[in-house]
Order: sequence, then C-alpha cells, then structure tokens
Amino acid sequence: MRELDAGRITEAVARLCVAANLRLPADVTAAVEAARRAEDWPVACDVLDRILENDQLDKGLPICQDTGLACVFLEIGQEVHIRGDLRDAVDAGVRRGYREGYLRKSAVRDPLLDRVNTGDNTPAMLYTELVPGDRVKLTVAPKGFGSENMSRIAMLRPSDGVAGVKRFVLETAEAAGPNPCPPMVLGVGLGGTFDKCALLAKRALLRPLDSHHPDPRYAALEAELLEAVNALGIGPQGFGGRATALAVLIETMPTHIAGLPCAVNVNCHVARHQTEVL
Amino acid sequence: MEAKRVSAPLSREAAARLRCGDAVLLSGTVYTARDAAHRRFLDCLRRGEPLPFPVENAVLFYVGPSPAPPGHVVGSAGPTTSYRMDAETPALLRLGLRGMIGKGRRSPEVIAAMREAGAVYFGAIGGAGALLSACVRSAELICYPDLGAEAVRRLEVENMPLTVVIDAAGNDLYELGRSAYLAQRAEANGN
Repeated sequence: MRELDAGRITEAVARLCVAANLRLPADVTAAVEAARRAEDWPVACDVLDRILENDQLDKGLPICQDTGLACVFLEIGQEVHIRGDLRDAVDAGVRRGYREGYLRKSAVRDPLLDRVNTGDNTPAMLYTELVPGDRVKLTVAPKGFGSENMSRIAMLRPSDGVAGVKRFVLETAEAAGPNPCPPMVLGVGLGGTFDKCALLAKRALLRPLDSHHPDPRYAALEAELLEAVNALGIGPQGFGGRATALAVLIETMPTHIAGLPCAVNVNCHVARHQTEVL
Repeated sequence: MEAKRVSAPLSREAAARLRCGDAVLLSGTVYTARDAAHRRFLDCLRRGEPLPFPVENAVLFYVGPSPAPPGHVVGSAGPTTSYRMDAETPALLRLGLRGMIGKGRRSPEVIAAMREAGAVYFGAIGGAGALLSACVRSAELICYPDLGAEAVRRLEVENMPLTVVIDAAGNDLYELGRSAYLAQRAEANGN
C-alpha cells in the first residue's frame, strides 16, 4: 500500500486552483481561434477578437472574475493510503489557492435562508472515485454560475429517442441564449439515474474540446448537435453570429428500461480545468 | 464600427443618442452592484432611506470583481448575468438610474421601465474580466463591506469597451442582432 500525505493533496489543489483560473487549456484557446476563423459576422468577429485578447493578457489576473465554485475531481488509486483527512486537505487547498491567487470567493454557507459568504471559497465541490492503481489524479474545474444557472435536466421517455435528445439540447441552448457568455460548451449526459446523469454532463465538460465520444454514433451526434446549436444564430455574447457553441460533448452510461435521463451542463468559453497526478 | 465616446454619469439626452448595436467607450464614474446589494437597495427604499449612491443619471455595473493583486487597482472585472437584478431594477429606474452594464437578457418589465426612464443597457463581454480590469482607474468601496466581492464600489473607468444592447427606445440587440445575422445567412444560402 502506497502512503500519501494529505498535505500533498492540499498543495496540489492550491496550485491547480490558481493555474486553472489564470490560463486556459490549449484546446480551449484553439477552439476559440477556430470559431474566429469560421465567423463572418462582423460584430461576432469583434467579440471573439476581444475574448482571445483577454485570454492572452497574462497579467496575473484570472481570465474571468467569476472564479467559480471549486469543483475538485479525485481519482484515487485503490493501492493508495492517504494519511490525514481528505476532505479537510482538499478544502485547505481551495482556501490557500483562492487566497494566494487573488481569486474571488463566491461560496455562500447556506443556499436559501442565510446566504453568508464563507470567505474562503470552501467547501470544494468534491467528487471522488476509486480506481485501480496507486496514483491520485486531481482535476480542478472552477465552475462559474452564469453558465451553471442555464443547465437543465430532463427525464425523457425511451420513445423520445434521438429526436427528443436533440430537441432538449437545442431548447436548453435557446433558453440560455446570451446569458451564459456564449460561445458556450455543452456537456450532455445520457443515461444513469437522475443524479448520475447530471454528473455525466459535468464530467463531459472535463474533456478536451476536440475530443469525440468513443462510439462513432455518439461522435456523429456531437457533431450534428454542434452544427444545430451554431445554426441558432445566437452568436458570441448573443449579439448574433455563428459561434454559439465551441463544442457539444456527450457522455453516456447504462440506464433503466423505463428511462432516458438527459442532462445538459452549460459552460462558458472560459472552459477551465487543470489536472495533476500524484 | 467607430466607437461612440460616452461619459458617466449619463444624462437623459446623452442616453437618447445611443442606438442598439452601437459600440461605446465609456469613461467616468460607475457603481458596482449585484445580487445582494440590489436586495439591500430595495430594503433602503422600503424603509424610506436614501440609497448609498447618487442614483440620478447613475450607471450601475453588475460585477463582483476578483481581489486586486499588488500593483492592480482591481482584479478581473467582467459583467455578471443581469436577469437576476430584474426584480429590483424598475424601482431604481424610476429614481433616475440611467444605465446598466451587464450581460444577458432583461425582462419585459425592465425594458418597459427603461423606456419610461430613458435608460440604456450596455453589454460588456462576459468572461473578459482581465481585459475590462485594465479600464478601471480607481476603485473605492462605498458600502456593504460585509458582502465581500458583492460590496458596492465606486469605479472610475476609462474607455471601457461596451455595446448598447437595449437602447432607450427599447430596441434589443439580442433580438435584432440575431435576426439580422440569420437573415444574412439565409440570403447567402440562397433561401
């Protein structure tokens, strides 16, 4: 059994919080650049130019002021023993990263009755999974709520089929419109239970934007949905144009004979995530 | 498009000259306020107390900036989604609020109140907070320090790049820009 001190998890989470908020993954920048090349509507071109300028400023400021709730995904090898309290270690990393990186603290303690800011952006939204091996893979994906608020889930009927899924994804993009800072990224979960389906949609947002579902039928559906979303005309920032979305990413899992859960997790063009393996 | 230079506070006459779709460079004084501050503004009005900022001709910026690192006046400072402030906005417009900077759709009630008040809704580029930060010359916290990023600040801004999304006549770029693009595309496809 490999021993891993929880302090190393704290250090990695702190580093990843800062890194994720200050620089975009290369595939995201490449997707914005490709959207700019494909755009011919002048207002949309201006917006995309400004977005690219913003993303390349490198002045030590976060790309977006909404540095999000800290979504922390841990894949923990079954052969690792973590010495110390894992939950505390992750939250300590978030606390340190958000303080040292001058990131905004956007978490409130209670969602309904007493919306007092926790002051340090904790608690992390923590997702843990046990996997084979003796490594710990950490991914931090800060999630802004302009886009999160536009996310939806539907418990479709099996008979709704592909047409029902397409309709729901397009309705979600239409309802979101200019609100989630388009061009957006759509994570689509299909299958599982109500909660697993939403998690699939969130995990889809961790994929590189130029990746495809391993099943070519779903890969084709991703491409078809992206084309359909980009025919809506919403455009960058909703001012009109082609680039309404940068990518549609589908994740699937088995489900019940009676169900076709379909979740759409909306992300903005600041599609942040950084990963480290310990 | 040549950007129009606009100053804040914004007079009713200056607001009336702006058209939906105009590119604007805004300079002057704006006040930051988002969700929690708006709720407190309305509490003030219910109690018959004055608002903590001069609302007549004022421009509000829906933003909660990230903390300023050393050497910066303010951290990243892009707009937050405006519809969450829709419920409180007509009351502020009736008191002379002349401009709002945000992103995303506004309700029919807000647009109707804007027309009556001769007010303008500007869009700043969402997710371009680092770029917009560079337009902020000074930032001073004026009330509600307990709200952290949501506290109300007076910002002096210079040449902040904005787009007129909804003008004082109620024209909405989210409708008009999109339909113009789709019409152009249909024409290009020979439909």
